[in-house]
Amino acid sequence: MCVAVPGKIIEINGDMAKVDIMNNICEVNIKLVSAKIGDYVLIHAGCVLEVLKKDMAEEILSIFSELEEI
Amino acid sequence: MITLQQVKDELKSYNGRKIKIMEVCGTHTSSIFKNGIRSLISPQIQLISGPGCPVCVTSSAYIDKLVEHSLKENCCVLTFGDMMKVKGNKLSLTEAKATGGNVRILYSPLSSIKIAMENSNTQFVFAAVGFETTTPIYSLLIEEIIKNKIKNLKILTSLKTIIPALSFICDNEENIDAFLCPGHVSVITGSSVYNDLAKKYNKPFVVGGFEGEHILAAIFEIVRQISNNEHCMKNMYVNAVSNEGNKKAIEITRKYFCSTDDYWRGIGVIKNSALKLRPEYIEYDAGSDFAESVENNPKGCRCTDVILGRINPVECPLFGKTCTPLNAIGPCMVSTEGACGIWYKNVGGNK
Repeated sequence: MCVAVPGKIIEINGDMAKVDIMNNICEVNIKLVSAKIGDYVLIHAGCVLEVLKKDMAEEILSIFSELEEI
Repeated sequence: MITLQQVKDELKSYNGRKIKIMEVCGTHTSSIFKNGIRSLISPQIQLISGPGCPVCVTSSAYIDKLVEHSLKENCCVLTFGDMMKVKGNKLSLTEAKATGGNVRILYSPLSSIKIAMENSNTQFVFAAVGFETTTPIYSLLIEEIIKNKIKNLKILTSLKTIIPALSFICDNEENIDAFLCPGHVSVITGSSVYNDLAKKYNKPFVVGGFEGEHILAAIFEIVRQISNNEHCMKNMYVNAVSNEGNKKAIEITRKYFCSTDDYWRGIGVIKNSALKLRPEYIEYDAGSDFAESVENNPKGCRCTDVILGRINPVECPLFGKTCTPLNAIGPCMVSTEGACGIWYKNVGGNK
């Protein structure tokens, strides 16, 4: 139910935006966020829930760099 | 910097006291299988599923109400696909449809606006089921209904909030040592909601993403905290989860919904564990009040123990025998996010 997928905003028309989800172009609502063209976003049930902050590779690197020894 | 290899080595060779970690979210349960996480960690670290599938904890009285709406003349139920197969006390929505009920599957609640406008003679009911992740979208839906003056679209709510459920589990189940917090619920609520829980119950609450590396890093952090006798919230899904959450989503949810007691299938009533439409918006509600529901698990079904993390699905005597995804007896087998369904898909019916 809470499944969400990442996509990239390619066009904005008011509250709606076209997003590219792995080469599928979908229309989603962006009212819950402040997003701009080119942003990577997290999409759930036809809505953008959040703008993703950085590349996932970068995120995983930063998580591991913060880990402390057991 | 600790490398992935070091994390894997540490987790594989862990030989301390047994640690039981509850992954609250069904998507985590799936990802743990997909990435073979159990094969990468010591048997001393046990991963157990929690109540994180909204379909599984929705009461059968709620399903009955949807079925009732679908069979009414000029009425149509709109729903996400994963609600279709869950049985109420008599029928599921799939069965209701087979006997002439009017049910349509939608991907987004917001698509129902256009459908309602194009079919003004039909009364539509959207099955508004979900956790904190989905409730803001129902708020947008109510906003659109009001803006477009739509009279033939209402929602039937079963909107659970996961934080009170986690408190309930901490109060009632003693042997869970730490929580892998639900990633997409946390996108909305923010990671700070777990600070109090971590402090109150002296357990690590770690917010994690859904990739294999995310999950390994989160488990590593939990093991580190427990080994050092620490217990705090740690956000390790920083790409999507902030400390304070999505403020716009929280605001719009507060505008239309307020807190209420609710019945969780398999658990019972949990205080202030759900959201309902505020009294001033009650005209958009299609009769949601299920707090008084009482029901028993089907004979032999141990969904309650699965949801509360007491057993893994394979320990239920019905699992893979009489209870399979094609003929689900308990709600956890029905949904693609339910723990039993996920386990069946990955380990099959043979225990």
